[in-house]
Amino acid sequence: MITESLLLTIALAPLVGAIIAGLFGRQVGRAGAHTVTILGVAVSTALSLYVLKLIALDGHPDVNLSVYTWFEIGSIKAEVGFLVDPLTAVMMSVVTSVSLMVHIYTIGYMHEDPGYQRFFAYISLFTFSMLMLVMSNNFMQLFFGWEAVGLVSYLLIGFWYKRPTAIFANLKAFLVNRVGDFGFLLGIGLVLAYLGSLDYATVFQKAPELVGQTFNPWGTVEWAVPTLICLLLFVGAMGKSAQVPLHVWLPDSMEGPTPISALIHAATMVTAGIFMVARMSPLYELSEVALSTILVIGSITALFMGFIGIVQNDIKRVVAYSTLSQLGYMTVALGASAYSAAIFHLMTHAFFKALLFLGAGSVIIAMHHEQDLRRMGGLRKYMPITFATAWIGTLALMGFPGTSGFYSKDAILYAVGAADRPGATFAYVCLMIGVAVTAFYSFRMLYLAFHGQERFGHDDHGHGHDDHHGHDDHGHGHGDHKPHETPWVVTLPLILLAIPSLAIGYFTAGPLLFGDFFGSAIHLAEGREPLAAMAEHFGHGPLAFALHGFVTAPVWLALAGAGLATYIYLFNPALADKAKSALAPIHRLLERKYGFDELYQAVFAKGSVLLGRVFWRAGDQTVIDGLMVNGSAALVDRFAHAVRRLQSGFLYHYAFMMILGLIVIVGAFALLK
Amino acid sequence: MPIETILFFALSTVLVIAAGAVVTLRNPVHAAMCLVLTFFTSSMLWVLLRAEFLAIALVLVYVGAVMVLFLFVVMMLDINTTPLREGFARYLPVGLLIAAIMAAQMIAVLGTQHFGFDRYAAPAAVVEGSNTEALGRLLYTQYVYPFEIAAVILLVAIVAAIALTHRRREGVKTQDPGKQTMVTKAERLRVVKVGSESKEGRGA
Amino acid sequence: MIPLSYWLVLGALLFCISVAGIFINRKNVIVLLMAIELMLLSVNMNFIAFSRYLDDMAGQVFVFFILTVAAAEAAIGLAILVVLFRARSTINVAELDTLRG
Repeated sequence: MITESLLLTIALAPLVGAIIAGLFGRQVGRAGAHTVTILGVAVSTALSLYVLKLIALDGHPDVNLSVYTWFEIGSIKAEVGFLVDPLTAVMMSVVTSVSLMVHIYTIGYMHEDPGYQRFFAYISLFTFSMLMLVMSNNFMQLFFGWEAVGLVSYLLIGFWYKRPTAIFANLKAFLVNRVGDFGFLLGIGLVLAYLGSLDYATVFQKAPELVGQTFNPWGTVEWAVPTLICLLLFVGAMGKSAQVPLHVWLPDSMEGPTPISALIHAATMVTAGIFMVARMSPLYELSEVALSTILVIGSITALFMGFIGIVQNDIKRVVAYSTLSQLGYMTVALGASAYSAAIFHLMTHAFFKALLFLGAGSVIIAMHHEQDLRRMGGLRKYMPITFATAWIGTLALMGFPGTSGFYSKDAILYAVGAADRPGATFAYVCLMIGVAVTAFYSFRMLYLAFHGQERFGHDDHGHGHDDHHGHDDHGHGHGDHKPHETPWVVTLPLILLAIPSLAIGYFTAGPLLFGDFFGSAIHLAEGREPLAAMAEHFGHGPLAFALHGFVTAPVWLALAGAGLATYIYLFNPALADKAKSALAPIHRLLERKYGFDELYQAVFAKGSVLLGRVFWRAGDQTVIDGLMVNGSAALVDRFAHAVRRLQSGFLYHYAFMMILGLIVIVGAFALLK
Repeated sequence: MPIETILFFALSTVLVIAAGAVVTLRNPVHAAMCLVLTFFTSSMLWVLLRAEFLAIALVLVYVGAVMVLFLFVVMMLDINTTPLREGFARYLPVGLLIAAIMAAQMIAVLGTQHFGFDRYAAPAAVVEGSNTEALGRLLYTQYVYPFEIAAVILLVAIVAAIALTHRRREGVKTQDPGKQTMVTKAERLRVVKVGSESKEGRGA
Repeated sequence: MIPLSYWLVLGALLFCISVAGIFINRKNVIVLLMAIELMLLSVNMNFIAFSRYLDDMAGQVFVFFILTVAAAEAAIGLAILVVLFRARSTINVAELDTLRG
C-alpha cells in the first residue's frame, strides 16, 4: 500500500538529515553529519524502491493525494500533494539511489574539506527538493521544487565561496536559470489563466479545451494558446536542462565539487526539464509547433555541445559537455513524442553519467585535485577499479550494444528516424553525427586519463598546484606524487553505479519502452507510436536487439568515432596536434564555445548593467527620489508656504473672511431672488 | 401717523446712533455707556413688539449685569487706549464701505417687496393674555430640557469665569477645610511620658 | 403700522454697524466684545419681530436662550480678557498672533 505517511517519509527523511547536518553540524560533528544524512537518504531510497516495486511489479494503482492546503484564493488552490505513477516512481528511484551513491562517495571526496557538514546538508536538501519536484501533483509544488533545486545548485556551485570563479559561475547559473524560470512561470500563469487550476489531473483533463484558443497580447497578434504554453514551459526546461541557448551555465557549474556535478549537474537536477516536459505530455501533444521547436533545439544541443567536448582539456568539462549533449538527446526524444524513450535515457544516463563524473572525481582525488587531462595519462595501473568502471561508463555513453546507453540511445534514434514533424530529418542527422562525436570525445578522455604516457610529476612544482590551490584542500601528498587508488567509500559507489550502467537497459528496456508501463502518466495523441519502428526489431528480446545493433548505422558510427580516438590518442599522439593546427579556425571556435559566453557577456550582462544604470539615474534618482519622494515633500512644502500666509493669527482676518463669505452668500441670494 | 410709527422711527434713530457711537468712541467707558443706551432703546422697541418679558429681561440682564461687568473690567484694567486706536482712521473707509455694501445688500433682500404687508400681514394690535405667562408656559413645558441646559451653561460660565480669574496669592494665610477635617489624632496629640513628681525629682 | 421689513432692516443696520465696528476697532478687544453684543442684539431683534408677525412664541423662547448664552459668553470673554491682561499687560489684538502660521 502506498500511504500518505510513506510518501511523506520518503520526501522528508532527507530534509530531516539536512536540517540536523546543517543547523547542528557543529554538535553532531563530521561523522554525525554524514551518518544522519546518509541514513535519511537511505530510508528514502529503500522506500522509493519499494514504491517502484509496488507500482511496476505489483500493479498498484496510481496514487494522487493532497497532503496539505497551503492557501486558497477564490478558486485557486495551492496544495502540497503527491502524485505517484510509474513516471514518478522511476524518477524517485533514480534520484534517491544516485543521491545515496553520491552521499557515500562524498565521504571520501570531501573528507578534508572544512565545509563537510554544510556540504552534506546541501546535498540532502537537494534530495528533498528534487523529490518534492518529481512527486508533486500540481504546478505550484513543481515550481517550488524547481526553484529549490535551483537554489541548492546555486549554493553548491559556489560551495568554495572563496574562489572568484566559483562565485562567478554560481551567479551565472542563477541568472541564466532566472531567464528560464521566467518563461516557466509565465507558462504556469497561462495554464492558470486558461484552465483555472494548478492541479495536474484537472489541467490534463481540461487540456483539450485549449485547442483552437488564441492569445492576443496586443493588436492583431494571435498566438495559439497550447503552443504558447508549451513553449513557455519549455523555456523553463531549457534553463534547467541547459539547452542551447541557455546552456552556458552548465559547463561553468563544474566549479562546484565533483559529487554535486555528478548528482545535480548530470544525473538529476538538469533532467528536471526533461521530466517536466514528459509530465506535461498531455499539453505538449496538443502543439506540433512546440514539439518541432523542442526537436530542433535538442538536436542543436546534442551535436554542437558534443563538438566542444572534443577540445576540452579539463576532465570535468569533457563530462559536462557530454552531459549537455546527452540532455540534447533526451530533448530530441521529447520533441519526437517519444517521452518514454526520453525518460528511459534519463534513467540510464543518470547512472552512467554519475558513474563517469564520480570516476572523474576519483581521478581528481588521486591526482591531488589536478583536473587537466594533459597532465594525466597511464593511470590505469595505479587505480584499476576507477579505470574499469570508467571504461564501463564510457561504453555505456557511446552506446555499445548491450550496455544501458545502447538501448536508450537507440530508442531515441529510432523514434527520431520515424518522426515526421518538421525538423525531424535535421535532428536525425545531428544525432547520427552526434553518436560518432560522443564516442570520440569519450574515448579521448579515457585514453588521455588512463592510457598512454604518464604526464604528471614533471612540472608539478612549477605549475599545477599553484593554479589549483584554491580547491586543493588536500593537505597531504605534496611529497608523494604517485597517484593511488581511492578509498572504498569512493570506489564502492563506482562499482554500484557501474552495475546499472551496464545492465539496467537490458532488463528494463522492454517493459519501459514497449510495455504499457507508464500507463496514463504519459499521454500520446491518437495513433502516435514513436517507437513502432524499434518495436519491430525488439520483438526477439533485448539480447537479439543488441546483436542486431551491430548491423545498424549508429553502432558503427560510434565504433568509428571510438576507433578514430584510439588511433589518434593511443597510437599517434602527434596527429592530434597536427589536426589542431590544420583545423585552427574550427578549433578556436570550439575553444571559445561558439562565443556564447562573450556574446552574453557583451550584450546581456553589459546591457543590463547599462540599463540598470539608466534606470538608476533616470528612474530612481530623478523620478522616484527627485520627483516622487522629494518632489511630493517639496510640493507640500511650497503649498504650505503659500497657504501659511492665510493664517495670520489675527482674529479680525478670520472675521473678515467670514464676513466676506456672508456678503457673497447674501449677494447671491439677493441676485437670484 | 400713529403714535406707534412715530415711536418706532424715533427709537430706531436713537438705536442706530447709539450703536454707531459704541464702535467709534475713543473712550471705552463712553462706548460702554452708549451700549447701555443701545440696549435700553432696543428694549423699548421690543415692548412695541409686545415682548414685554424679554424687554425687561434685557434691561435687567444686560444693562444691570453684563454692562456693569463690562464697565467693571474696563475700569479695573488700566488700559492705555492710545495704541488701541492705531489704524482707526485707516480702516474707517474700508469698514464703512463693507458696512455700506452689506447694508445695501440686506436692504435689497429685506425690503418691503419681500417682507411687506402683502406677505406678512400686520399683527393684531392687542394681544390677549400675559406675555410672561405665555413664555413661561412654553419654557416650562415644550422647552424644558433646553431651559435646563441653559441653566447648566450659565453655571458653567460662572465656574469658568471664576476659575479663570482666580489668583492664588503668595503669603496669604487661609484655612484649608479639607486639611482640617482630614486631620488625625497622631498629628495633633502627643502623649509624653512624664515621671511622677517625687521629692527627689524636684530636688534634682 | 410698521411692516416687518422695517424691523428687519433695523436689525440689518445694527448688524452692519457692528461689522464695521469689528473692522475699525481691530485692536481693542473690549470694543470687539461690545460689537459682538450688538450683533447678537440685531439677531434678537429679528427673532422678536418674526415672532410678532408670525404670532409664534417660539421666537421669543429663542431670544431667551440667546440672552442666556450671550451672558455666559460675555462673562467668560471678560474673564479671558482679564487673564490675558495679567499675562501680557495688553489687550492689543495685534500682538496676539501666537496662532500665526
